[in-house]
Amino acid sequence: MAHAKNHDFHILPPSIWPLLSAVGAFVMLFGAVRWMHEMSSWIFWAGLVAVLYSAFCWWSETVAENKAGDHTPVVLIGLRYGFILFVMSEVMFFFAWFWSFFKHAIYPMEAYVGTEYVAPTIHAVDPFHLPLINTLVLLLSGCAVTWAHHALVHDNDRKGLINGLAIGIVLGVFFTILQGYEYAELILHEGWEFGGDEFYSNFFMATGFHGFHVVLGTIFLTVCLIRAMKGDFTPKQHAGFEMAAWYWHFVDVVWLFLFVAVYIWGTSGL
Amino acid sequence: MADAAIQGHGHEDERSFFTRWFMSTNHKDIGILYLIVSALTGFISVAFTVYMRLELMDPGVQYMCQEGFMADPCTPNGHLWNVLITGHGILMMFFVVIPALFGGFGNYFMPLQIGAPDMAFPRMNNLSFWMYVAGTALAVCSVFSPGGNGQLGSGVGWVLYPPLSVKEGGYSMDLAIFAVHVSGASSILGAINMITTFLNMRAPGMTLFKVPLFSWSIFVTSWLILLSLPVLAGAITMLLMDRNFGFTFFDPAGGGDPILYQHILWFFGHPEVYIVILPGFGIISHVIATFSRKPVFGYLPMVWAIIAIGVLGFVVWAHHMYTVGMSLNQQAYFMLATMVIAVPTGVKVFSWIATMWGGSIEFKAPMMFAFGFLFLFTVGGVTGVVLSQAAVDRAYHDTYYVVAHFHYVMSLGAVFAIFSGVYFYFGKMTGRQYSELGAQIHFWMFFIGANITFFPQHFLGRQGMPRRYIDYPEGFAYWNKISSYGAFLSFASFVFFFGVVIYSMLRGARITQNNYWNEYADTLEWTLPSPPPEHTFEILPKQEDWDKGHAH
Repeated sequence: MAHAKNHDFHILPPSIWPLLSAVGAFVMLFGAVRWMHEMSSWIFWAGLVAVLYSAFCWWSETVAENKAGDHTPVVLIGLRYGFILFVMSEVMFFFAWFWSFFKHAIYPMEAYVGTEYVAPTIHAVDPFHLPLINTLVLLLSGCAVTWAHHALVHDNDRKGLINGLAIGIVLGVFFTILQGYEYAELILHEGWEFGGDEFYSNFFMATGFHGFHVVLGTIFLTVCLIRAMKGDFTPKQHAGFEMAAWYWHFVDVVWLFLFVAVYIWGTSGL
Repeated sequence: MADAAIQGHGHEDERSFFTRWFMSTNHKDIGILYLIVSALTGFISVAFTVYMRLELMDPGVQYMCQEGFMADPCTPNGHLWNVLITGHGILMMFFVVIPALFGGFGNYFMPLQIGAPDMAFPRMNNLSFWMYVAGTALAVCSVFSPGGNGQLGSGVGWVLYPPLSVKEGGYSMDLAIFAVHVSGASSILGAINMITTFLNMRAPGMTLFKVPLFSWSIFVTSWLILLSLPVLAGAITMLLMDRNFGFTFFDPAGGGDPILYQHILWFFGHPEVYIVILPGFGIISHVIATFSRKPVFGYLPMVWAIIAIGVLGFVVWAHHMYTVGMSLNQQAYFMLATMVIAVPTGVKVFSWIATMWGGSIEFKAPMMFAFGFLFLFTVGGVTGVVLSQAAVDRAYHDTYYVVAHFHYVMSLGAVFAIFSGVYFYFGKMTGRQYSELGAQIHFWMFFIGANITFFPQHFLGRQGMPRRYIDYPEGFAYWNKISSYGAFLSFASFVFFFGVVIYSMLRGARITQNNYWNEYADTLEWTLPSPPPEHTFEILPKQEDWDKGHAH
């Protein structure tokens, strides 16, 4: 290069991953449409593999750049801004589910003049049994991640970091298992249906989408655990871990709203 | 200029074609890509309207036949008509105007104006672009895949209202939904990038209220995108579930509510209107200041007006739904809130006029388009205040009056801003000046054509002609014919525009100066060579390069 850069920002070399990711996304969604219409599913899986592969390579590169010292303090601030903004957009995504839930909770269709809709009989579940346990599991997981963060930042204690993260991940997986168990119970034994009524629609959309985010967050934390064991994080340089922790707390908070709204309020009238 | 020496003249570009355009991490190249793809998509979308205006030229159906184009006898093909209006709306909204203004100009000039060496996340920037292309591809696939009525494509209107969008057969509709998902994700990533760049990478000394107006408009637009598009994504995901998995969010038979979809859609849809127009505001401010040889009047109120429009844009959505049966209190609130928007918008329009007041005005093509913008946007704004009245809207809802209104503000306002920006920055981006004669001819053809197209539609709306129909009674024939003539003239001007661009790129006068306008084009992009080298601001700009003091 003819001119050396004279600033702390990060100028990147050309990269193939954006193009590959977008091609993968196109193939995946096109395949998803075919799959939903009872055609073969392999196009979807091929696209998914392309997306995941690109994401993996892309983020590996990012980690490598971090190690190479490209992430100066000002770049790290930018990365943090970017991630916070991403979480904000996720919050607005959930906004749509909550909007639908509150609409149906406050103005149920039965109250409309002239409607012929009769709500089905839905077997009530007690929010203070399994859902409460699940709440505690997830909150505890959040605590474990915060413990890991403190161990890293205040004591540079790698063992504490790894232990905290590992416990957080185990509890996160446990949450997913419990949630799957609950779904199975509701559908197989309590007669709940996947769709067919607005109650089921709102319940499964909101909790299912949250569950999907729990899985993503668990993967994110697992990547951080592997990086922590390799010694990637220092008390000063650990943006990846910090973002995973933010994401995890975001998932926590959404769950609290889900618990209060969808579980306690939503099942109170059944 | 001192800067030009630093910014690398004679630096050979060693990147191969594929590397430069397909693997780009360069905000200027990505901006150019956005502009090119949105121009091509715009051409497809405009071609749809030409076909539609051709059909509407005379009462009865002559061209859109199930037997084929211009068959005799002709069985009207209403499905094709519906597909075309849907395609036109979706393409223009998501794949033409946002990518051109926000993706194209935003990418190219926002980092330059704030003196940033590139975007905050250059790779993600390219992901935004390619996801936009992926979305466009899905949208085009949607038009050509099995849809409702046993034909190709979906004819449900760009708003995708249920129950129609849920009942539409085939999988065309699902492709359209994913197209919007992907383009939405692309815009959200773009918005994250822009906000971070704006907050984190401004030149030393450039405090928030010293940032040029175009960059401000991009910043506010980014917030609107970030906060509104995920809500749309939620709404269309619910549609997808209703369509394919037996959910009943919007199906009254299962306790759902189709009006809920309208609320969520317009919660996105109204900010969307400002997403489309705000970057245009930014461009127009610079153009008017430059060609009036005066600093823009009232910089601070201009910034606050942009912010106010952005905030208010989130609390007025239901004025699109006065006729769905909302309570009077709700209607009164949305009516008042909507009218309040006229205040900051008025601040902007009057500030532009005040900028010109007493200036020495040059009637170059970008300025002509800015005049066109001011006129068209103001006409559209005034009819907007009319439509904001819930009582009056009873008569106007879903008539051609609404069609005329939103084409005046959004499409013509935004499109004139795009053309203004294209001519203003053509030399900066290509290194060659556009043909002034060609641009002037383009302007007059388009300005006259657009007004002939859309002004009569006010009359048609007042006469009660509903929108979205393939045919109409004899009584509406006169103004429809004139409107169609206008559409053909506008289309001719668009084709001519491509000619002007190609001619100017090949034969336009070479530009040697950094600033080929005058000292009132005083933002940082004018301190760079035309076209700027691959990497700009490798040495960050100094405050005296951009802080001329007269902007306040």
